[in-house]
Amino acid sequence: MSNIVVGISDLNICKGSDILVTYALGSCVGICIVDPVTKVGGLSHIMLPSSTLNPQGVVNPMRFADTAVPMLVRKLEAAGALRIRMKAKIAGGAQMFSAIGNGSLANIGDRNVEAVKRVLAQERIPIIAEDTGKNYGRTVHFSPSDGIMHIVSANKGKWDW
Amino acid sequence: MGIKDYGDLNEIHMDVLRELGNIGSGNAATSLSGMLAKTVDISVPKISVLDYGQVAEQLGGPEMMCVGLLLSLSGDVEGMLMFLLQKEFTHLTLNALLGENFHDFSEIDEMGLSAIKEVSNIMAASYVNAISSMTGLAINITVPDICIDMVGAILSVPAIHYANISDQIIYIEDEFHSMEDKLTSHILMIPDVQSLEKIMTNLGIEI
Repeated sequence: MSNIVVGISDLNICKGSDILVTYALGSCVGICIVDPVTKVGGLSHIMLPSSTLNPQGVVNPMRFADTAVPMLVRKLEAAGALRIRMKAKIAGGAQMFSAIGNGSLANIGDRNVEAVKRVLAQERIPIIAEDTGKNYGRTVHFSPSDGIMHIVSANKGKWDW
Repeated sequence: MGIKDYGDLNEIHMDVLRELGNIGSGNAATSLSGMLAKTVDISVPKISVLDYGQVAEQLGGPEMMCVGLLLSLSGDVEGMLMFLLQKEFTHLTLNALLGENFHDFSEIDEMGLSAIKEVSNIMAASYVNAISSMTGLAINITVPDICIDMVGAILSVPAIHYANISDQIIYIEDEFHSMEDKLTSHILMIPDVQSLEKIMTNLGIEI
């Protein structure tokens, strides 16, 4: 069993007893998807809701909810997962600073979560657990072997979803 | 050709930014020293153009707890100013200002938060004033917003703001410490790309 670290604007998949980890999600969102039969699972760490708002076009598709989620799903399918069996768990999308009025940052956490939900709905993948919003950072450990998303926060506690 | 991306900065530009950081943090350290009645030293600032993930690594790993304070810059220079205070530093500040001891971040009360905000507000004002008078640019700052959490989560806020523009983020990192207590903390100044051009032009540097 080993930990596979997923960075910011990054995604990865694994099989068997490996664990996917992404550290310190703030307003970013972590999306865990697993096929419970083949136990092929993946984790994506997105920063922004939509690649269409980017003035320079898509720089890194793994950064945006609308491009990262389909990419993750394709990777999972290529590794033997079946879309009809896929389940998703999501975490993050916090508002770290309470008083930001600045246009591009206002409610960015909420907008990220909404975008992720929309894309998952388009992909017809149900969300079976979510730990989103509020005002604290979260580290996600996702183990596809049992489908558990383990959340560690800095000072609010730990949870298994 | 102008500066369109942080990658367009050359060595001379980097030196100029380093010098701005030096002057800004020198002033900020002086005002901090006055508030705490302690000697505060600064190191030569580092200028880095880094991927988002690397920034958190450089500051002690994404899960390290710290106090983050975020101020927006507006006017001639737009961008963000962020203070990342480590636990010991926060402890020292509260101890010097309020005479309170605390052992954990969760023990900081409203009064403590307000004191930290005020300290960062004064330091930010001295930082920005120094840059303002050197460049002749008018820079306004907002009141600081505070958050105590993992450094990676705190940094996601400026990272997201700049993610639409670039893969990388430029930051001017000033480290200051109090000799007798061996404490370090950081000020990050993150200017917008458009503002970099203005700063250089006003200082008579070729772009």
